[in-house]
Amino acid sequence: MIQFTLWDIVSHLLIGMGWTVGLSFAAFILGSTAGMVMLFARISPNPLLRQLAKIYIEFFQGTPLLMQLFLLFFGLALMGIDISALATALIGLTLFTSAYLAEIWRGCVESLPFGQWEASASLAMNRWQQMRYVIIPQAVRISLPPTVGFSVQVVKGTAVTSIIGFMEITKTGTMIANATFKPMLVYGLVAIGYFLICFPLSAFARRVERRSYATYMR
Amino acid sequence: MAYQFSFEAIASNWELLARGVALTVVLTAIGSFVGIIIGTVGAVSRAWTLPLLSQVFTVYIECVRNTPFLVQLYFIFFGLPALGVKLNGWEASVLTMVINLGAYSTEIIRAGVMSIPKGLLEAAESLAMNRWQALRYVVLRPALKNVWPALCSQIVIVMLGSSVCSQIAAQELTYAANLIQTQTFRAFEIYLTSTLLYLMLAVLVRKCLNQIGMRFIERRKA
Repeated sequence: MIQFTLWDIVSHLLIGMGWTVGLSFAAFILGSTAGMVMLFARISPNPLLRQLAKIYIEFFQGTPLLMQLFLLFFGLALMGIDISALATALIGLTLFTSAYLAEIWRGCVESLPFGQWEASASLAMNRWQQMRYVIIPQAVRISLPPTVGFSVQVVKGTAVTSIIGFMEITKTGTMIANATFKPMLVYGLVAIGYFLICFPLSAFARRVERRSYATYMR
Repeated sequence: MAYQFSFEAIASNWELLARGVALTVVLTAIGSFVGIIIGTVGAVSRAWTLPLLSQVFTVYIECVRNTPFLVQLYFIFFGLPALGVKLNGWEASVLTMVINLGAYSTEIIRAGVMSIPKGLLEAAESLAMNRWQALRYVVLRPALKNVWPALCSQIVIVMLGSSVCSQIAAQELTYAANLIQTQTFRAFEIYLTSTLLYLMLAVLVRKCLNQIGMRFIERRKA
């Protein structure tokens, strides 16, 4: 039997952690791009587009991430597309992230006083200009704390992708725990790994929130 | 597309799915009930900075909120037996749900307790109420009322998250879906059905919680 030293365990977990960080980062970038598109659809003047975006968001917020991943994994296979666990994880997390971010950002846009829209309309701006020069710059400032806060949820969401077989830190942990019979130690280390990624993000979100609140009060 | 969809496998296994739905609901109900009690204790000790208790809760919240539910589940199910605590899949799932919701509801309810104007506490004090009476008769109900919608959202999120409990053989909805899938190989149909069941559950649970909120938190005269 192969003996695992503590360093063997940690070094393998670190590799898994690299995949967790990479997947989270990619899903967050792609998800915020798609989320921006969904946001524009969700607040568009066209009622059909608005309704479609609403259904999309409702679906992804009302069903488990695990089920979304299963559906993608098996659904694409039915259509004859052979898809890897990494691709499934990335597509699934991107869709999931885009739905949540679109809803968060809609809240930020709608929290702006309606007068902002009217004032910019009275300056003969078209909808795109209103968005670009008046609404988005203000909404971005409000949206920073909840967006950073949500990135923690994305990182934690990547753990679920271990179930469809993507080799990130949780999956690595499961395999090492099965080989070493030390689940307490290994899952403890996995938890510490996630904590090291997520805690700085939550701390940063809190700091940004406090600062923006202070600006607001001034 | 040459694939023939067949929902027969689901029709013949509907009892399994119904049982799964029921267990998911029970899991969520226990988790939310005990979780909110823990959350209330934690929120008050954090908001009033009770010595020791508030530090313990701060560490607890940070640990739970910065690690995934799945890893907490594995830690409790696979890790705790090393300390002599042996739980079956169902018990481990319930415990993890309670721990998870306890941490999130602490933070949510704390916001509610902080939202109570200081004047109310001073008024209670001037009526010779002690701290606990003030909490019971003055603070708690409006605090819960203010944050009830956030609490409902969190409960729905945790209910959806409970689908990963299938991984340690807790027999909830996802477990039932996996079971039927391995017996009939109708993966897409079954996961589509259970996804829609989750969607319905999410809508229904939200409705029920809103009712509970209106009945017990806003209207009832103490």
